[in-house]
Amino acid sequence: MNNLFKILAFLFISTIAAYAQPEIKIGSKKFTESVILGELARGIIQTQHPQVIHLRELGGTRVLWNALLRGEIDIYPEYTGTLIQEILALEADPGNLPEFLQEYGVEMTQPLGFNNTYAIGVLPDLAAQRSLEKISDLRNHPDLRFGFTNEFMDRQDGWPGLQKRYQLPQQEVRGLDHDLAYRGIASKAIDIIDLYTTDAEIEYYQLEILQDDWNYFPEYKAVYMYRTDLKTKFPRTPDLLALLEGKMTEKIIRNLNKQVKLEGQSESQVAAQFISDHLNLDIESLPETMWSRLWKNSVDHLILVGISLLAAILISIPLGILAFQNQRTGQFILAVVGIIQTIPSLALLVFMIPFLGIGMKPAIMALFLYSLLPIVRNTHNGLAGIRQPVRESAEALGLPKRARLWLIELPLASRSILAGIKTSAVINVGTATLGALIGAGGYGQPILTGIRLDNIGLILEGAIPAAVLAVLVQWLFDLSELIWVPRGLRLSR
Amino acid sequence: MIRLEHISKSFDSSLAVQDLNLSIDAAKTTVLIGPSGCGKSTLIRLIVGLISSDSGHIFIEDQELSSENLLERRRKMGYVIQEGGLFPHLTARQNITLMAHYLKWDRSRIELRTAELAVLTKFPPDALERFPVQLSGGQQQRVSLMRALMLDPQILLLDEPLGALDPMIRYELQKDLKQIFISLQKTVLMVTHDLAEAAYFADHIVLMNEGSLVQQGRISDLYQKPETKFVTGFIQAQRSIHDTGGSDSG
Repeated sequence: MNNLFKILAFLFISTIAAYAQPEIKIGSKKFTESVILGELARGIIQTQHPQVIHLRELGGTRVLWNALLRGEIDIYPEYTGTLIQEILALEADPGNLPEFLQEYGVEMTQPLGFNNTYAIGVLPDLAAQRSLEKISDLRNHPDLRFGFTNEFMDRQDGWPGLQKRYQLPQQEVRGLDHDLAYRGIASKAIDIIDLYTTDAEIEYYQLEILQDDWNYFPEYKAVYMYRTDLKTKFPRTPDLLALLEGKMTEKIIRNLNKQVKLEGQSESQVAAQFISDHLNLDIESLPETMWSRLWKNSVDHLILVGISLLAAILISIPLGILAFQNQRTGQFILAVVGIIQTIPSLALLVFMIPFLGIGMKPAIMALFLYSLLPIVRNTHNGLAGIRQPVRESAEALGLPKRARLWLIELPLASRSILAGIKTSAVINVGTATLGALIGAGGYGQPILTGIRLDNIGLILEGAIPAAVLAVLVQWLFDLSELIWVPRGLRLSR
Repeated sequence: MIRLEHISKSFDSSLAVQDLNLSIDAAKTTVLIGPSGCGKSTLIRLIVGLISSDSGHIFIEDQELSSENLLERRRKMGYVIQEGGLFPHLTARQNITLMAHYLKWDRSRIELRTAELAVLTKFPPDALERFPVQLSGGQQQRVSLMRALMLDPQILLLDEPLGALDPMIRYELQKDLKQIFISLQKTVLMVTHDLAEAAYFADHIVLMNEGSLVQQGRISDLYQKPETKFVTGFIQAQRSIHDTGGSDSG
């Protein structure tokens, strides 16, 4: 127990120390191309400024843009179409984007070269069968099942606009993950998906792209967005990023995408290869092994679980005691922590972003909130479950309230309290895997990447340690019963 | 020693004790008896301060019981209940010495007092390290008694202390308890529903019914000069249960 405490304290301190160093933070969206572009930026900057990290797969456009505005990241890859329609909410390209960005304290590079626009894809046999060539052809087939990425479903320049422009009649439109959509269409669970023109899968699944005959989709040229104050942090950054401008054709990026998604190379390998082949920069590509990833993910996961659980214990036990001692307050406390528990974990994580940004802080906060209920309730129930004769005997001896609590009531409730902590800890280990969605790292990271790359091995690299950790935590708490639960209570079982 | 003046107490809407006056003599054993629900346990719990009265006053050695002196008063009273109320997470010894440790008695004094009490209550010293679940019912009550006596209080309050015991053990403990009362000369207030047990212990007996005093005096007064029909009825009922015991002689 003591050792575990030391490890947690060490992890806590070392995280804070790491945060204290000035570093450039690059963000990327939750799809392969964005991660590759993130790695490219990281690789180039790292040749001259070692303090640079890449927070992968942080989420969608809104999350990245807001993180950039708040300074939680300094750079992220974006597309002009998204910038115009989604972020700035403009009708068309004003021609002077950088001026629009000035008021946000944000600048952008020149286009990197390729246009990754949205497209609508369909399997060739279905296209032949229904004679689909253009998007407008879809109007005659209201029975087709659409499966679109969640972001596409919500975006101004996505499904709502597309449906309006083409007057599409389809009713069955499902939102799902981009990578799952490919598998969905391959297994014929859905008929039509949205895709990016640079997706490596287009060739792999031999999808046909429907022609945008009424010119709905705008151009999506890749650029890097960065904070203006980055130039004070490391003035050479824009020059370094500019090395990529115009260098990346659609063919090149599709090839990079393919190497990652279909050939199983890591994004950092692919990016490093590109940099040394095309830019003549010498970059050290850290050969990322499974063990080094596992170690980093374990450290992240333990920090998430350890800090949130520790904080929850420190807050919940007093709350449980208060709830027991004062019935009215108690009902209020139990109701509040109960309501928190009913918030879906993904929603809670996202709620935290406006207050705490992205990364570990909001994840720890969300996990902390989730850990409250089991501990508060078990503390309350453990105390309330003490038999009246025992409680009154302590009173009749003339022990003051505080001494009764410490000497009699808490020891008698210890088993229940410990069980509550155990429940929280085990749930916490599982829920913490979702932290990767908002850039907190941990075992969720390989799971997230594994889903994106359709790589079972990677998914297991997160899922197995998470399960092992859950079992380990359970076992550790069972063992700690021997220390924390008085022997007299264990005998009476 | 203990004086109750105009004490009333009701739970929800039912009256448990009604305008009751009672005086309990020092160094005597007073037994409260009556059918269940008559308010005798309520009375003892009022004296310990586990519940507070709706109206009236309780004096102990002419000092009125109040929330300010509650803890201090409790430390001058020993309280034993039917099921012992031992702390299950503490050994017999820890149960007995809890308060003394809390009050920072020195170790040798605590050890001496514990040994003394074990002899007094005929408790096997090697069982002191056992936990309550490892003790028999009779042993548990002896530990409970030792715990009540640890600080050597002047007053001993016992609420059906033998109520949950087997007849043989109960008989054994009755004898020992009486010995202890005689040797210690404490002010004892004991609650029981068993007339024979009351007769065995009582210097003074108090019969209650429906929250009020019905009659008090020596046991022989209850037999020979019953003041109400209820007293006669109560004695009749108890006698028919204990008929074979020959308690007629009392």
